[in-house]
Amino acid sequence: MLVKGGFEMMIINLIGLLLIALIIWWFWLYKPAKSVDSSSENITIVVDKGVYQPSRIKVEADKKVMLNFLRKDGSPCAATVLFPKLEISEELPLETSRAIELPPMISGEYSFHCPMKMYTGTLIVE
Amino acid sequence: MSNNTQELIIDGASCASCVSKIEVALNSVPGVEKAEMNFALRTVVITGIVGTDILIKTVESIGYNAKSADNISDDELLDKKEIAEQKYYAKLMKQMWIALGLGMPLMAYGLAGGPMTVETTFERGVWLLIGVLCAGIMYFSGKHFYVGAWKSFVNHSANMDTLIALGTGTAWCYSIVVVLFPSVLPEMARHIYFEATAMIIGLINLGLALEMKARGRTSEAIKRLIGLQARTARVVRDNKEVDIAIEQVLLNDIVRVRPGEKISVDGVVTQGHTSIDESMLTGEPMPVEKVEEDEVVAGTLNKSGSILFKATRVGKDTALAQIINMVKRAQNSKPPIGRLADVISAYFVPVIMIIAIVSALAWLNFGPDPALAFAVVSATTVLIIACPCALGLATPMSVMVGVGKAAEAGVLIRNGEALQTASKITAMILDKTGTITEGTPKVTDILIADNTYSERYILTAASSVESGSEHPLAQAIVDSSIEQGIEPETITDFHAIAGYGVQAILNDHQLLFGNQKLMLKEGVVLNEFVAKAQNLADEAKTPMYLAVNNKLAAIIAVSDPIKKDSIDAIKRLQANGIRVVMLTGDNKVTANAVAEKVGIKEVFADVLPEEKSNKVAELQAQGEMVGMTGDGINDAPALALANVGFAIGTGTDVAIESADITLMRGSLHGLADAIAISKATLSNIKQNLFGAFIYNIAGVPFAAGLLYPFFGLLLNPVIAGAAMAFSSLTVVSNANRLRLFKPQEH
Repeated sequence: MLVKGGFEMMIINLIGLLLIALIIWWFWLYKPAKSVDSSSENITIVVDKGVYQPSRIKVEADKKVMLNFLRKDGSPCAATVLFPKLEISEELPLETSRAIELPPMISGEYSFHCPMKMYTGTLIVE
Repeated sequence: MSNNTQELIIDGASCASCVSKIEVALNSVPGVEKAEMNFALRTVVITGIVGTDILIKTVESIGYNAKSADNISDDELLDKKEIAEQKYYAKLMKQMWIALGLGMPLMAYGLAGGPMTVETTFERGVWLLIGVLCAGIMYFSGKHFYVGAWKSFVNHSANMDTLIALGTGTAWCYSIVVVLFPSVLPEMARHIYFEATAMIIGLINLGLALEMKARGRTSEAIKRLIGLQARTARVVRDNKEVDIAIEQVLLNDIVRVRPGEKISVDGVVTQGHTSIDESMLTGEPMPVEKVEEDEVVAGTLNKSGSILFKATRVGKDTALAQIINMVKRAQNSKPPIGRLADVISAYFVPVIMIIAIVSALAWLNFGPDPALAFAVVSATTVLIIACPCALGLATPMSVMVGVGKAAEAGVLIRNGEALQTASKITAMILDKTGTITEGTPKVTDILIADNTYSERYILTAASSVESGSEHPLAQAIVDSSIEQGIEPETITDFHAIAGYGVQAILNDHQLLFGNQKLMLKEGVVLNEFVAKAQNLADEAKTPMYLAVNNKLAAIIAVSDPIKKDSIDAIKRLQANGIRVVMLTGDNKVTANAVAEKVGIKEVFADVLPEEKSNKVAELQAQGEMVGMTGDGINDAPALALANVGFAIGTGTDVAIESADITLMRGSLHGLADAIAISKATLSNIKQNLFGAFIYNIAGVPFAAGLLYPFFGLLLNPVIAGAAMAFSSLTVVSNANRLRLFKPQEH
């Protein structure tokens, strides 16, 4: 095996390491502060093109919450939304708004996602 | 709302004047153009742009209840879903054919040795054309990958789309550079990978399509349950019978059911008598006679008579709706073993991206020429082979099938955790009365101890004292007395002592009625009746002692027949290596006699109700994984403490939410079935996880090039794409194999 020396290789390796660092930062370390507050209104979460929009929602603790989901993506994975910590699983009909009632929750983060976890979202309760 | 009309169902409107009140109130809500009520149907149609909540609150504020009529029934949802799935499947297949339409000829050309060079302008032109066609395919057949990848990326997350987008994108970009600027790259590196891009997109689409087909077949159990729901009901409104949609039936409506019709909602018979086939819920093939005050259950079939019944539970509250809901939820819940796959997938894709970069760097630094080409190929192949779709499918598919199979067998599993724990049970505690036995004891003997009392008096006294009790033994006494035309009389000073019996005063005589412990405690002399009671107990009968003014008056023997298949079911459990233990509040001798009849060797007798949980804890302390079977209501704390609580009932009376596993059919075979299905499902999940992992774990190093230095073997990106489709197919087929599983015949 030949080790290729030279300035070029060093640059290429540096670029590679930089990319790796970027990946680590972008996907794991980055903690987005923004989230949509839904304490006063019912908000609608659009399920389309691989993401829940919005995907980070803030709600009040100890109060029942109503979340509306509007699914536009025809793929069957998007058709079900699961809240594993609350043992809730609901079917979302296509192009029709579906309201899901969540029980009062204690503070914390609750993830919601589709069965194959292609779509993911977080509910922040405080 | 997508159009401007909504419909509400009104509850509590009893007269025509209510109509105008409601209409006036609704018409005054801002945004409402028109509100019109149909009194016969109790519905209001509102035109205008206004929120449903405001309308409902308005109706409530004037004293009525309302709910939206736009709740789509489960049946309609299912139909819509199936149509949508068909459309999506057709779309995926079309996309696949378009992609393979370019990819396969190209691949064949390459395999047949056709030149993939870009020497002449003509060649470059041809390849450019192909590159453009390929881009077209990426758009038509692969748009959802690229859009999905971008959207998740912006959201700081990565999933399967990311891998496919990066993999195919890299291959295409590299190939375009080779075609447009070949001089930039050393001659050996000028390879074209358009066919790989097209093939990969085609094969992934194929994998998704196959997955969809298989998913459709796994939801048969739910379809069958939903199919049991009626769509319409005939209710009596204003002394006329009208046919309405089932969603519009209100609590306390009087419903008419004619022969051959399905019962639409849960209720209580108010007029008439009939026989009802409840086999779809309870498995009991014999139709059940129903007369006034008997309960009827939604989903069962009325046979020969015509009845009226009052709706006691409608819509989402019927037992059937609750069962459907529970099965749906359980099908989507993950057993602990599945969460492993989840944890991995959270980190998976970014880790794969890093591995792809590392492997590219390794090729660039150490690899033979054309290093760049090798680097690109290995990075692309790593990204494609690592696709986690099979991993994501492994657990959910099996759970869905397993829970569905259980539901078909009359076993309702509450969630994935219950499923997993049930497969590991080593000890099973069975309650005696109502679980091993029918729970319908009958009086078999009356031994008079004091001849001053007649049998009639004995029964009168006993039934008077027990007339308020819900205990099955008490019921036996009361039933027996009623059969003989004896009326219970009024008693005073009633005390009940749990685990012992009861005490009361009847016509100035002090009565004691209970077990031997009670007699000993109160100092009642028993003499030779101890032996006589023993004889009765040896026959599996329960002796109950009646003392009047502290002198023994009689012994009443009650016997609860053992369920027909208890013996076989218990044998099945023991054959599976499970330690079966009987638990009862009944006395030791009777308990042992019953235990002997059914083949149980370990008995906990004389257990007070509050001690039942202790027995569960005792076995757990011995290291056993304990399952407890009881009737759900009296045994609640013990059921909750057990590793798996089984509630057994006759389908219509069991509190469905309370136990980990509910056996709808009264037979103990349900226990063995539940455990068998759980075990089969768990092993299916493990097979799937293994299968999914193998592709990824073995594939990634292979793709990165670890075998190249030793064997000169490198994974072709097209093969990687095929492997991905194949891995999904494997997982899905294996999960479907579970559908064929049959618990032992009984």
